[in-house]
Amino acid sequence: MAYPVPGTREPFLATRRLDAWWLAPLAMGISFIVFIIYATWSALHPMGDDPVTYHVQTNYVSPFFSPDLSKFIPGFTWSPALLILWIPAGFRLTCYYGRKAYYRSLTFSPSACAVGKGQREYKGERALPWILNNLHRYFLYIITALVIFHWIHFFDAFRFDGHFGMRLGTLVVAADTIFLTLYVTSCHSLRHLVGGKIDCYSCAAAGMARHHAWKGVSILNDKHNLYFWLSLFTVGFADLYIRMISSGCWQDVRFF
Amino acid sequence: MPRTVKMKVFRGEKGEGAIHDYNVHIDDGMVVLDVIHRIQATQAPDLACRWNCKAGKCGSCSAEVNGKPSLMCMTRMDSLDLEKPITVEPLMTFPHVRDLVTDVSWNYTVNKRIKPFKPKAKEADGTHRMFQYEVDRVQEFRKCIECYLCQTVCHVLRNHGKHEEFAGPRFMIRTASLEMHPLDVEDRVPFIKEEGGIGFCNITKCCTEVCPEHIHITDNGIIPMKERVADRYYDPIKMLFRVLTGK
Ligand code: SF4
Ligand code: SF4
Ligand code: FES
Ligand code: FES
Repeated sequence: MAYPVPGTREPFLATRRLDAWWLAPLAMGISFIVFIIYATWSALHPMGDDPVTYHVQTNYVSPFFSPDLSKFIPGFTWSPALLILWIPAGFRLTCYYGRKAYYRSLTFSPSACAVGKGQREYKGERALPWILNNLHRYFLYIITALVIFHWIHFFDAFRFDGHFGMRLGTLVVAADTIFLTLYVTSCHSLRHLVGGKIDCYSCAAAGMARHHAWKGVSILNDKHNLYFWLSLFTVGFADLYIRMISSGCWQDVRFF
Repeated sequence: MPRTVKMKVFRGEKGEGAIHDYNVHIDDGMVVLDVIHRIQATQAPDLACRWNCKAGKCGSCSAEVNGKPSLMCMTRMDSLDLEKPITVEPLMTFPHVRDLVTDVSWNYTVNKRIKPFKPKAKEADGTHRMFQYEVDRVQEFRKCIECYLCQTVCHVLRNHGKHEEFAGPRFMIRTASLEMHPLDVEDRVPFIKEEGGIGFCNITKCCTEVCPEHIHITDNGIIPMKERVADRYYDPIKMLFRVLTGK
């Protein structure tokens, strides 16, 4: 048996690893596919007269449909979700952790460490389409506005017929808002922007403050992968929950 | 518990060879390197392997244990499934010399291409000043023991053989450690983009997974360098600003 020499390509998915290396990419791949199918279906099926506020008795607002930009585009008759969802989609697609997750689980590049890729040309992020991932920071700027809307809906979710209250839906909306905020504030581009780009903090203007900011984002950044998934699941579940209670399939549990 | 295990060790020269089976008696607390040494002592005195410190600090004993790039001296036998045979092979990404030994000298040639530390001018009192909190970041990278496990596992080198175009994770963090140094004034951003080929890295983090020093190679080294490259070469607003202001 000739031992592979440098540049030799191990056959696709060939490895001598004995552990369950395929488990993580498989779980991630299934999660992505389920989410993409659900989100696409939901985006194309707004409910009721006002798709933004599904439910008349509550102020829950589905994160998929807010803000409703279609109001500003006369004659726009498609789902308002189509005007919004490209922002989180682009943000996640260009996210440094998101890239790792889909390169491993969907493009098998590589599916796991020391697992073969077979014969294929590889240009990485030096050529189209993946070179566009360098624009991640622009999605960060845009999604910040969306985070503000999530917080508005967070406070709205405590109002029921003009009274302060709390139901299970309130927690669902809160989970989405909090995890989205943690996901965005742990972003690598934000970490660079707030202070990571500085070499000499003691020489830079506001250097100490920026060092603290960088440290703070670094602490959150350590769990960026966790927030990526928690926020993906909670945003999808928030839409599903609001859809289900507004269609009467589920009953919202009332706390007070 | 002392017991006998089946070891499958690659034997051969310059890439030609085969897996050889050895039944070895092992004792409590042994690491893979101990077992290789026992094979040398009792069954195959000509089995070639490289090692030095047996303490996970010299970076010489890198090999692929059950398909995973690892330090043989830091891989305890009781961390492996001893019911199954244990495979030990040389690093796949570098030219094979003999048995478990590969030629890693390519790495030293890459290292030479990185511009050395260039300190800024001294302050008026004739000293250089920096603070611990500013160098914490680069000190993480200085823990590197040059075992080249990260280079071996990186698919850009391992599966695509881009040794000419990509410096590899070890040299991404070496460049980062110089570039982020508070006293350094050299500019290595063009190097890391062009010759270093940082764009080949798709941040899939295998380097971080295998690093025995637990350096956050990707999160703390490569991604911050990718952001610096994006600042310079891929951010249209910043580029326009530079054209307009001439900075
Ligand atoms: S993260 Fe980049 S450098 Fe590290 S192993 Fe993956 S492709 Fe190679
Ligand atoms: S960065 Fe880690 S894995 Fe890579 S050579 Fe240094 S110690 Fe080894
Ligand atoms: S790096 Fe993941 S959101 Fe920016
Ligand atoms: S022998 Fe020195 S690192 Fe293993």
